[in-house]
Amino acid sequence: MAAVQDAPVEADNEKEIKTETLNDAAGNHASAAGGVIPSPPVASTSSSGPAKAGGPGSEEQQTLMAVLQFLKKNNFVGAVDVLRREAGILEDSDESQGQELAASALGGAEAGDATCTLSRASSCTTSTPAVAAAPAKGARCAVVCVSAGGEDQPDVNVVLSAYSQQGDPALYQGYYSGLKKFVESVLDCHRAELSQLFYPLFVHMYLELVYNNHETEAKAFFEKFSGDQECYYQDDLRVLSGLTKKEHMKGNETLLDFRTSKFVLRISRDSYQLLKRHLQERQNNQIWNIIQEHLYIDIFDGMPRSKSQIDSMSGSLAGEAKREANKAKVFYGLLKEPEIDVPLDDEDEEGENEEGKPKKKKPKKDSMGSKSKKQDPNAPQQNRIPLPELKDSDKLDKIMYMKEATKRIRLGPESLPSICFYTFLNAYQGLTAVDFTDDSSLIAGGFADSTVRVWSVTPKKLRSVKSAADLNLIDKESDDVLERIMDEKSASESKILYGHSGPVYGVSFSPDRNYLLSCSEDGTVRLWSLQTFTCLVGYKGHNYPVWDTQFSPYGYYFISGGHDRVARLWATDHYQPLRMFAGHLADITCTQFHPNSNYVATGSADRTVRLWDILNGNCVRIFTGHKGPIHSLAFSPNGKYLASGATDGRVLLWDIGHGLMIGELKGHTDTVYSLKFSRDGEILASGSMDNTVRLWDSIKAFDDIETDDFTAATGHIHLPENSQELLLGTYMTKSTPVIHLHFTRRNLLLAAGAYNP
Amino acid sequence: MADERRPKQCSLVLPTESMKVMAESVGVGQLQEECCVALSEEVSYRIKEIAQDALKFMHHGKRRKLTTNDIDHALKLKNVEPLYGFQSQEFIPFRFASGGGRELHFYEEKEVDLSDIINTPLPRVPLDVSLKAHWLSIEGVQPAIPENPPPVSKEQQKVESTEPLKAVKPGQEEEGPVQGKGQGVTSAESKGKEKSISRLKPRSTHELSVEQQLYYKEITEACVGSCEAKRAEALQSIATDPGLYQMLPRFSTFISEGVRVNVVQNNLALLIYLMRMVKALMDNPTLYLEKYLHELIPAVVTCIVSKQLCLRPDMDNHWALRDFAARLMAQICKTFSTTNNNIQSRITKTFTKSLLDDKTQWTTRYGSIAGLAELGPDVIKTLILPRLSIEGARIKAVVEGPVISNIDKIGADHVQSLLLKHCASVIAKTRPLPDNVDQYRADYGYLGSMLCSHVVKARAQAALQAQQVNRTTLTITQPRPTLTLSQGVSTGSGPRTPNIIKVPSSLTLPVQTLVSTRPVTPAQPSPPATKYIVMSTSTAAATSPQVISLTSSRSSSPITSTAPSSTSTLQPLVKVEHTGQSVTTPGAGGSRTLQKYIVVSLPSAVSSEVKASSLSSPSTAVDSTVKADRTELPGASTHSSH
Repeated sequence: MAAVQDAPVEADNEKEIKTETLNDAAGNHASAAGGVIPSPPVASTSSSGPAKAGGPGSEEQQTLMAVLQFLKKNNFVGAVDVLRREAGILEDSDESQGQELAASALGGAEAGDATCTLSRASSCTTSTPAVAAAPAKGARCAVVCVSAGGEDQPDVNVVLSAYSQQGDPALYQGYYSGLKKFVESVLDCHRAELSQLFYPLFVHMYLELVYNNHETEAKAFFEKFSGDQECYYQDDLRVLSGLTKKEHMKGNETLLDFRTSKFVLRISRDSYQLLKRHLQERQNNQIWNIIQEHLYIDIFDGMPRSKSQIDSMSGSLAGEAKREANKAKVFYGLLKEPEIDVPLDDEDEEGENEEGKPKKKKPKKDSMGSKSKKQDPNAPQQNRIPLPELKDSDKLDKIMYMKEATKRIRLGPESLPSICFYTFLNAYQGLTAVDFTDDSSLIAGGFADSTVRVWSVTPKKLRSVKSAADLNLIDKESDDVLERIMDEKSASESKILYGHSGPVYGVSFSPDRNYLLSCSEDGTVRLWSLQTFTCLVGYKGHNYPVWDTQFSPYGYYFISGGHDRVARLWATDHYQPLRMFAGHLADITCTQFHPNSNYVATGSADRTVRLWDILNGNCVRIFTGHKGPIHSLAFSPNGKYLASGATDGRVLLWDIGHGLMIGELKGHTDTVYSLKFSRDGEILASGSMDNTVRLWDSIKAFDDIETDDFTAATGHIHLPENSQELLLGTYMTKSTPVIHLHFTRRNLLLAAGAYNP
Repeated sequence: MADERRPKQCSLVLPTESMKVMAESVGVGQLQEECCVALSEEVSYRIKEIAQDALKFMHHGKRRKLTTNDIDHALKLKNVEPLYGFQSQEFIPFRFASGGGRELHFYEEKEVDLSDIINTPLPRVPLDVSLKAHWLSIEGVQPAIPENPPPVSKEQQKVESTEPLKAVKPGQEEEGPVQGKGQGVTSAESKGKEKSISRLKPRSTHELSVEQQLYYKEITEACVGSCEAKRAEALQSIATDPGLYQMLPRFSTFISEGVRVNVVQNNLALLIYLMRMVKALMDNPTLYLEKYLHELIPAVVTCIVSKQLCLRPDMDNHWALRDFAARLMAQICKTFSTTNNNIQSRITKTFTKSLLDDKTQWTTRYGSIAGLAELGPDVIKTLILPRLSIEGARIKAVVEGPVISNIDKIGADHVQSLLLKHCASVIAKTRPLPDNVDQYRADYGYLGSMLCSHVVKARAQAALQAQQVNRTTLTITQPRPTLTLSQGVSTGSGPRTPNIIKVPSSLTLPVQTLVSTRPVTPAQPSPPATKYIVMSTSTAAATSPQVISLTSSRSSSPITSTAPSSTSTLQPLVKVEHTGQSVTTPGAGGSRTLQKYIVVSLPSAVSSEVKASSLSSPSTAVDSTVKADRTELPGASTHSSH
């Protein structure tokens, strides 16, 4: 994490500003090349970057000291204090320079770390006077200052100051339309690639105009060119359109996203050369500067991409993922199943005897066991992530699972699953989340009225454990002690769990059915016991609404993500998170554990899906291509693929190992709130706000894609338009949005939603 | 693509006038123009920001409607105190008003009387959330059960039935997802091909699956069978099941054939069952019957106007069947009549023709009148009212003339009561007030006098309904004077005046409960069994000594007084009029008597009072009470002005 944040603060006096020669590499330091240039003067700045963390440290300290001296000389007492506080410089250490300073600055940065990344726009406003005061008198040098506060969410003013360069506002429209003309005139093959530039350029030019208080010009600029932008940027444009004043820029999160992250474009080398030549010929420094400062151009060798290729990958808030972002190795294989002696045949025969059927010799079914004995080369090491030990009850459950699995129906295009729909009646629009247990015996519902309700869908009623006093009276030695501890009087078909103080947005059962997680608008995640039906722990950490939470398939761990853009990994017995996954540029809307529990996927309102490694907290995959906030995720049972559904109604399929998009399923007309693969992965079911459940042929979708070395290397892929062929069935409900789907162990599809008359 | 949405992007800003209005509302006058501009821009920006955040909550709440709660949560995100108590029953609570060149949208905030809220009975407890499972699909096929949407939507059925052979013109794509065909044809040949296919293929499959055949058999057997419980179940199924579309032709034929056979055999019961089937089919929200009206309408009309529907016309109540079928016919007209098929006018013509025919039997006459009457007040006004005198004469001939046959007499009786029933309500609405018997007789002949009394009743009924509509506003005001006017049996020395109306005790149950909760002085025995409401004229009040007890919750001590002192008797009456006037519409005598009762502050008993008065129906009695009221009024009002 870059603890040191450098950003120049420059004078309002144009003549004084140092300009920088065009430089291909992202400017690391504001070097000065003096002289008066007829073209609009430009100050180039560098924004935050991890590369600079260690680099110019001592140099910067010296400049810092210089600033301090300067301020002292001019009797800016307040500013000196503030700067000193910001930089963590002690009064007495003023005179002494160098190493001491570096140490204390680091200390300050650590403190910043501790105060956590959540300090959003509100953080660091104290630095305003220091920054503002410094250039007031026309400082002669480009000042580099250390911002102690946010390593990840840099100080607003520092960020904004990058916009203060003055160009002639009237010329912006000219610049933009000039570029437009140029792009239209280039060869077809380059046009699509270069058109990618329009949106980021448009945004940054608009923001520059707004920042420099050219409100009317900004409005005119927006009016003129906003219509040209791709329709999937509408949501962001809507935010931008409201933003017409410099004051608004403070605290606007979308704006911060644009500023703190570079918009990533992938352009072939040829196209890039074309662009560079054009801009140099035209001396179009304004645009060039924006490209330098705010865009990251990922240049690749090879054929330029086609329009459809580009469209399929674009749409995210910050452009596409850098290629190297998806290069890390992901162990997507499944863990070896623990070996359990399965008394398969005995039990089966017993069952048959009870039913009074004649005994039959069954072929031994140890295929299940032998299959899992081979170690998958793509699987992580068994103990890469420490997993909880299996209890006896877990083993029993595993045996049950295997027995059920033998009775599983093979699904396919010819044999579609039956769908059982659980309708929540009288929910009055209040149902916000649903989950089924793995064995499909319980349903939990989260409601807008802050309650969580649990239903039993089997004839077995829900019973809670007796009170402590009553438990004392029980004969602990008896065989049916587990039965005796239950309170018969409390038996009922459903239980209500009270505790949250806001709408419950996510619920998740633990695999052993002993616990239930729920997350809510009130910023907490709660762990409930399904033995006593009481709340055990409230996990506090998210200060903002928590949108989703999910138990690990092995229990013990769980993930939560919310409005604060940070996904947290927790263990049930720790009240503080074990990992914090920061990187998304907008709310984390959904979370999902990889079947091997070594990775988690998070979907976000920034229209990307990220895959995180639990071991080291790294982001190992960034998937772009959605055009709306992502609301559902599902891993295929073999762990190789990921499906994601968004508000745009599309479902995208991803190959985790290669980091590629491998399919697009169009059909839904509204947000896809639920996705699930069948137990063997042949069918993908999707449920949506448009009141339909759709079934897709996932095997065909995975097979149809042919990946050669080139596509694997570049990540450019031609998606076949085959949604209609892949769609196996559409099932309308009666005005009931489908918000959860679940395949039982025998491949019966369960769906749930609230009737919404 | 982007162009379509372009208008959405324009940056709207609240008008500066709004800022001024809002400033004024919080007491800041004379806001400068620049301030307003700056404010409105800032406010617009913030509102947009909050709306965008609120949208997030809507998405996560898995809703399509933004609610006030979403806004509250968005405010909370921004660390702003949410708006408490902004709960609205309506989706958009704003009202529009214009005048004086200004247009205003305002939030209507009525003053709420707390006692109203306290005293209104609690609403029903909303049903708890419950879980219901059904099969959305069985091995890839969606079963046609009420929980699933109908396989062929009603609109689609309508399209198919109204435009069954829509010619596919060249260059025009066949529209609609009817069978998923007609995707857009490229070459001319295929166009022709497509066209011929769409002509040849009527597309409704006539094969029923085994399950459907079984269902059909079961349902039809149950519908005409002897077990009423089964029939109810079958009819329920017909009225609700979404998957009956394919069986509709069968049902329609079943009904029409059934009627044909059973009319000849005069099997009244079966006819009734068949009509109930028609009703059930009509009630099914997923079926569109237009295609089958050519079979259904004759069957229904037969049941309305057939000369004979049962074996013993003098005994059996075939009149009910005619009424029922007539209502069905009216429903069919209302649902399916269009300018193209002219069902209503054709039906009206048929009925009128048989009505005009002198030789028409009483049964048919009854049917055609019933059929016309059900079509609405307009039809009654134009087609039946002018014929009242003629029909009256015909009835008179049967009733007062020599007895020809019992059947005719019964028929005439039924026609008479039918005419009275339907015409009275229409006349009550259209004829100006003084209900003069002679005038009626002149206008409507033989039926005039009876009509007159019916009209009076109808008017009373209408007034009562108006009363009931107003009931919520009529409930007790704050001081809550509970007042019991009772004639003590023990002290009652004088003879009862005829204008005291006795109210059965069961109707005044609330009074008793009220009284029992109040402290009652021993001097005032109030027998709980019966209550008498004083409806005294001035003379009666003077002659008969009455005990009037006034229990007021404010004083909580009953005031007891004897009648002859007119001022004290008037005192409660003042209150009577006071509360009454504010609520009811003055006019009909019936409502006057109501007002009296309101004093007793028992809205639930109001209806009983009216019933009592309307039961003693002769208009003279009503008139007298009206008079009594009028005489008392001046005294009361003068008193209240003190």
